[in-house]
Amino acid sequence: MSDSEKKKPNRRDFIVTATTAAGAVGVGAVVWPLVDQMNPDASVKALASTEVDISSVERGQSITVLWRGKPVFIKRRTQEEIDSARAVDLSELKHPEKDEDRAKNPEWLVMLGVCTHLGCVPLNDKGDYGAWFCPCHGSHYDTSGRIRKGPAPTNMEVPKYEFVNSNTIKIG
Amino acid sequence: MSDHEYTPKSKVGKWFNDRLPLLTLANHLTDYPTPKNLNYWWTFGGILTFCLITQIITGIVLGMHYVAHADLAFQSVEHIMRDVNYGWLIRYVHANGASMFFLAVYIHIFRSLYYGSYKSPREVIWIIGMLIYFLMMATAFMGYVLPWGQMSFWGATVITNLFSAIPLVGESITNWLWGGYSVDNPTLTRFFSLHYLFPFLILGLVVLHIWALHVPGNNNPIGIDIKKPSKDTVPFHPYIVIKDAFALLIFLLIFAFFVFFSPNILGHADNYIEANPLVTPAHIVPEWYLLPFYAILRSVPDKLLGIIAMFMAIFVLVILPWLDTSKVRSTVFRPIYKQFYWFLVADVLILGYVGAMPAEGIYLLIARVATAYYFAHFLIILPFLGFKEKTTPLPLSITEPILGGSPDMAMAKNNFNYKEKL
Repeated sequence: MSDSEKKKPNRRDFIVTATTAAGAVGVGAVVWPLVDQMNPDASVKALASTEVDISSVERGQSITVLWRGKPVFIKRRTQEEIDSARAVDLSELKHPEKDEDRAKNPEWLVMLGVCTHLGCVPLNDKGDYGAWFCPCHGSHYDTSGRIRKGPAPTNMEVPKYEFVNSNTIKIG
Repeated sequence: MSDHEYTPKSKVGKWFNDRLPLLTLANHLTDYPTPKNLNYWWTFGGILTFCLITQIITGIVLGMHYVAHADLAFQSVEHIMRDVNYGWLIRYVHANGASMFFLAVYIHIFRSLYYGSYKSPREVIWIIGMLIYFLMMATAFMGYVLPWGQMSFWGATVITNLFSAIPLVGESITNWLWGGYSVDNPTLTRFFSLHYLFPFLILGLVVLHIWALHVPGNNNPIGIDIKKPSKDTVPFHPYIVIKDAFALLIFLLIFAFFVFFSPNILGHADNYIEANPLVTPAHIVPEWYLLPFYAILRSVPDKLLGIIAMFMAIFVLVILPWLDTSKVRSTVFRPIYKQFYWFLVADVLILGYVGAMPAEGIYLLIARVATAYYFAHFLIILPFLGFKEKTTPLPLSITEPILGGSPDMAMAKNNFNYKEKL
């Protein structure tokens, strides 16, 4: 091959480039199903919502239900708990969120009972803020489920939920 | 590959060897010249090979009885323990075998650190070894999930949640790993599949590890380059084979003690409670061999940085051949490094201890100091020490300190005479 042939793209270069490109697309098309099969499947996604009867929950009591394999805390808060959650100055918070935004109905706090650090289930009525404490790595949450102390980066997540009627909550 | 031309004696052997030189390979392995001053710390390569084969054989057998399903896994393990003939023995060998495997690999790694076996020209052996170590940790972690007890479930939850710290894509990655929105049946089945696969990847890497070892040959306790073959070496068979076999027998005594007398001492009682996604055990503790890394993870108050620190703790080991600037391999001739070496051993043991303790108060403080020292050892002390330290004189050969003089022919002859007299 002479120098001039090397510099100027010829028909063979075109074939090589086109084959490589088609090959890359083909490899991608084969690899993607192998990767995507590990994502949540149709049967897992089908369990996306659950309805909970809350008629028997007393003030100050908390129940835990399973939603998408994770615990959900449904806490019927006392007036003191609501007041203490609402009295907090947002500048004190690591992840500032108003209690009003987290609990639309102040009496009912609904959130994923999953510590945002590494996914343990926090214990109720424990810790420095009299609310939730994660035993794994020592994260303290307040009566609004907001992170106050410890390694967790964010507040406990509030899932999408709605009151179907005054006695039933639909999560998801 | 062979150091000299080899021709099989029998005609059939020659016919076969000309077509596939397996006999040449066998001859290379038996004749392989080995430094004659190798001490018992060098027997752990053989012990580790034994451990890997034991895990593979017992694992294949357990796989015949185990059921990888969230509803059945826990019961199937109890079925193995109570109903399957010798199931208790096979499972206890497999479970304790993992601990023995790590015990041996830690001794093997610290031997390498003491005698500078990771230094030029053995960097690739070391890096392959670190890959094996990393795969071992992944395999052991996934294996621990399979019985689907409380520790299995919550250990899996905590470790897979490490990936959720990755900015932006963290949640998608954890959901992808889980095959759902939490650790559940899809997670269990894929862990079983990978737990079965990884040991064979390790086996492949072990072959590369040994291949890479046989290019420069073994390091030795005084860490100097030796001529091969020479009077400084002995053939692998029978000298090293017998020594390795003896060490293996001693190792098996310890192994058998755990299997027969305290098979559960290295595990957690919580793992005999079936997995419950609603209740987290009060103290989640990984298996003992992961504790130092767990302590490093917990000593950093920020989630993402804690995880980075934990992975960095392994990564500094991978790049160790370039962090240690000293040309002298063996610690025998490095009086200052010798002290820092033992500080590091103590530091890792302390990290392991605080990793098992609750992350609060004095334990957290100790973990932070020990974590800082761990990184200081590799990133500050080692690079500087290579330039500053005054090492003691190296001998010319392995025989020199014993017989004196240089390794000349006359001495070599004396040595052969001496051997004949034996």
